[in-house]
Amino acid sequence: MGRVITITSGKGGVGKTTATANVAAALALNGHKVAAIDADIGLRNLDVVLGLENRIVYDIVDVVEKRCRVRQALIRDKRMPELCLLPAAQTRDKDAVQPQQMVELCDELREMFDYILVDSPAGIEGGFKVALAPADEVLIVTTPEVSAVRDADRVIGLVEAAEKGPARLIINRIKPDMVRRGDMLSTEDVLDILSVELVGQVPDDEAVVISTNRGTPLAMDGAHPAGRAFSNIALRLSGVEVDIADDMKPSGGLLSRFLRFVR
Amino acid sequence: MSLFSRLLNRGEPASGRVAKDRLQLVLVHDRIRISPAQMAAMKDELLAVVSRYFDVDSDGVEITFTQSKRINRLVAEMPVLSSSRRGCQG
Repeated sequence: MGRVITITSGKGGVGKTTATANVAAALALNGHKVAAIDADIGLRNLDVVLGLENRIVYDIVDVVEKRCRVRQALIRDKRMPELCLLPAAQTRDKDAVQPQQMVELCDELREMFDYILVDSPAGIEGGFKVALAPADEVLIVTTPEVSAVRDADRVIGLVEAAEKGPARLIINRIKPDMVRRGDMLSTEDVLDILSVELVGQVPDDEAVVISTNRGTPLAMDGAHPAGRAFSNIALRLSGVEVDIADDMKPSGGLLSRFLRFVR
Repeated sequence: MSLFSRLLNRGEPASGRVAKDRLQLVLVHDRIRISPAQMAAMKDELLAVVSRYFDVDSDGVEITFTQSKRINRLVAEMPVLSSSRRGCQG
């Protein structure tokens, strides 16, 4: 039976979709069967981040409205055959899928996959509630900024109220130099404020932009700091203990630095 | 920031520290969902009740929320002016 993990944040633009794509890729590369669901109906994006946008035939709304079967809507990633994407509908709005339909859909996917990652829309309204409904566990993505942390706190409360807690936290886009200067909230600061368990800290990394440009998840290539952090998160989700400090290590030896340079 | 620590530090505190302090304050209100006006009203009412029993220095009254592990605690500090207990009026 697969586990349903919903990735959400409250605030938009903190890296939910990037986190979903990379954790999904890393889990798949470790041999787990993974389905990544884009629950952001009307603002479809997980497809482009994963580089699968040209292969969409059916979407999640087609599945719940029974125009196709779930297997027909799933797109298998040829680079990582253990990874499938269930894309959002782009031309519908958030209420095209109801919480109960999402629960039933995920129950069907549990039979086929080890992990079902649900990329939630931003906000705390209907779309968020749909993404939350099937969750066995919830990961909250935040950045070390006041607005993102405040929204994360609100969402942590809502997850608890929905009895889906305790949510765990991913802190994204940490700039170690700024933290060192005292000009950015540190991981410890954020944990002090939110009092939740940390599942990973991700350094700010230009390679994320480049990989998104190309549609190639960073986790497919361990040479980049953010890719390494996302891979660590995937390992922790599957029960492997990885020191949390390892997430912020400048990754790669001389060889991988050289490879990055010539690429 | 107190005057004392300001004298020691001179310059502005690091912005990360400011962010943390501001967040902790704003989240107290987010979590308890009580407006500053309601807080002020509660403070006045608490003061009125306690003043029936003690001489309270009303300028020194501080009502704050603290939190640890996502549990909020209401802390009321009320300086009592004299040790003598007032006669109970009821």
